[in-house]
Amino acid sequence: MKSPRSIAIAGIAAVAMVGALSACSQGAADDGKLELRVATFPPGADQAAYDAFAEQEQQFEELHPDIDIVGLEYEWTAPTFAAQLAGGSLPDVFTVPFTDSKTLLENDQLKDVTDELEELGYADKFNPIIISEVTDADGRIYGFPRQAYANGLHYNRDLFEQAGLDPDQPPATWDEVREAAKTIAEKTGKAGYATMATGNTGGWQLSVQADSRGAQLQEDNGDGTYTSTIDNDATKATLEFLHDLRWEDNSMGANFDLDWGSINQEFAAGNIGMYTSGSDVYTALVRDFGMEPAQYGLTVIPTEDGGGVLGGGDIAVMPPTLDDETKAAAVEWIDWYYMQKLLDEDAAVADAKALAASDQAVGTPVLPVLDRETYDQQQEWIAPYVNVPQDQMTGFIDGIFDQTPVGEFKGQTQPIYALMDNLVQAVLTEQNADIDALLGQIDVDAQALLDE
Amino acid sequence: MTLTAKPAAARPAPDGDAPPAASARPARRRNLQTWIRGGGLWNLAFLAPMLIVFGVFSWSPIVQSVVMSFQRTNLVTTPEWVGIDNFVNVLSDPNLGVAIVNTLYFAVLALILGFPLPLILAVMMSEVRRGKGLYSALAYLPVVIPPVVAVLLWKVFYNASPDGVFNTILGWFGIPPQPWLQSAATAMPSLVIEATWAAAGGSIIIYLAALISVPPELYDAAEVDGAGIWRKLWHVTLPQLRGVLFIMLILQVIATSQVFLEPFLFTGGGPNNATLTILLLIYRYAFQNSLGGDYGEATALSLMLAIFLGLLSWLYFKLTERWSTN
Repeated sequence: MKSPRSIAIAGIAAVAMVGALSACSQGAADDGKLELRVATFPPGADQAAYDAFAEQEQQFEELHPDIDIVGLEYEWTAPTFAAQLAGGSLPDVFTVPFTDSKTLLENDQLKDVTDELEELGYADKFNPIIISEVTDADGRIYGFPRQAYANGLHYNRDLFEQAGLDPDQPPATWDEVREAAKTIAEKTGKAGYATMATGNTGGWQLSVQADSRGAQLQEDNGDGTYTSTIDNDATKATLEFLHDLRWEDNSMGANFDLDWGSINQEFAAGNIGMYTSGSDVYTALVRDFGMEPAQYGLTVIPTEDGGGVLGGGDIAVMPPTLDDETKAAAVEWIDWYYMQKLLDEDAAVADAKALAASDQAVGTPVLPVLDRETYDQQQEWIAPYVNVPQDQMTGFIDGIFDQTPVGEFKGQTQPIYALMDNLVQAVLTEQNADIDALLGQIDVDAQALLDE
Repeated sequence: MTLTAKPAAARPAPDGDAPPAASARPARRRNLQTWIRGGGLWNLAFLAPMLIVFGVFSWSPIVQSVVMSFQRTNLVTTPEWVGIDNFVNVLSDPNLGVAIVNTLYFAVLALILGFPLPLILAVMMSEVRRGKGLYSALAYLPVVIPPVVAVLLWKVFYNASPDGVFNTILGWFGIPPQPWLQSAATAMPSLVIEATWAAAGGSIIIYLAALISVPPELYDAAEVDGAGIWRKLWHVTLPQLRGVLFIMLILQVIATSQVFLEPFLFTGGGPNNATLTILLLIYRYAFQNSLGGDYGEATALSLMLAIFLGLLSWLYFKLTERWSTN
């Protein structure tokens, strides 16, 4: 073989080796401080977000002069997460959605933090449904639930007004959603309603919308096995609803390959009238996608036939490979950065102040991860600093505690969401999609995954 | 022109009835001494870095992945030996059939569109007298654009709304907006068009280089015989490029069998699996499951694809050996 290629390869190898050697020294900064690599924002956050983080980083480092915080861009996506986990490139502190925490802890892929949580004294203050997401069969706890949300119906107030609809009276039933979507599409030429369809998010949102119509997508047999029940009337009604909006009303625009990022982008750009997603997405819409706060509206997802609202959230965790010293620092950080602002007045006020000063969202609607009393108390503390237009979210804030919360199904969640992506894509891209046949097939495919 | 590498099987079989070991020994020792005296150690020392780099970064992952194809592993927990289970699971996956059909569809479309186009362009460019460099640069430009950027750019072109770039152009001619990537019928051809655009430049440069090596006397002789441009092309250019054409064809078949970037970035395999290719399926096995993936099944399918492509290449060279060499 001629040399240029081998020289290039040798060069790459040398660089890789230098990289590997320098990685060995990771954990100890030059000045002898312990380096703690923590997850910060998804790539693309604006400068103000980084300024706010820098201020919080400085506050923490003043309190803990022996720790050097290194903020890393981090975004949880199903495909990249697996690669990061396998490749060992995850930060020392990162967050995972409730959906994945159970399997991760069962696979010994998370660090046990039971003793630390007990020492901090609030292990028993968590909402019991939520703490159970990170507790194994022996009662050991593997992470700090830090944020919970319910799905909501997000809408663009400007498009509502342009279409002659009242943005203060958002739709309360799925039929009203369809009517409003049709009106918006006809009057403004924009998509009246949109739904995510790729990267497992199609399945996730199909699940949200089917649950609101009373679906149960999976049965827990109680012995560690599950039975797929996606083929049910509520899922069918949801798919028919999407099909009718797409093909009969032509009110869903032209793009049917949206995922979490792209639907937010389109919505923030004013191209979508309504869509369903987590109630906490306001921060991302305004901070990362540049939406005008005045355009934003949020209400609860319509529920019918005994349906509930699917919730979720995430948990601050550490990889199992951390040494004791880094683990102790990581616990300090999680407690300070994520938990104290929920528990302590001074911390809550300081956090809200820092965020507000850098023009970051304070008061985005979330659900309590601790008990309701602590949550209400915390909402009172930060009330003077709230800068999100909560009066444009009254539909959600007033209605959410009256809805029945539903958890995501537990067996093979993400792979089954991936299968369900195809259902959504099929009804949105094929006018003659055979919904019954598709539903019949998906139970077979999902069961095969569950039986693996 | 002999571009064909002789396949291993075509070499004479290694001697089963070699001289007895005892009589071979002195000869080998002498050979070793001759080899050392001839600077063999120095050669080895020079070769060592490359051998080590290849061993560590190229061959050891290949061996590891072969081992992994017999294991259930997520690269984090201890691997579990499962025998041929991974292969059985992969072969019984209903998506495999879909992926194979889609990959073949992509390959055939890419062959029809992408194989002759660079050759035609190269022949046309070789006929140009002035500004040849400019045309070469223009043709090669798409290759220089990073593939991810190119796909994102084309995504804008393919925007399905009536004010998307391509749809606006179609609108000028009264053609209604097309769904491009949003429909199972048009998604794959859309990917092929972009892939052809992206790859044609590289092929054009190779064909141009090969065209230069065609002896001009052949054209002169053909002209003397009264041949026009088409007859020159048919009777001189194409036969002279035969070796290159054969190599380019098998390279394209191998490349299109491994198509990943376009379906991954444009459509994620959708809509409803219409652009799910074999490599995307491998990727899904490995990474779709957020909790560590099924690397065993992913490597099992990769291994089968590699063996299939290896056999295909061997068969291809076997069958075309006579035609591709003069």
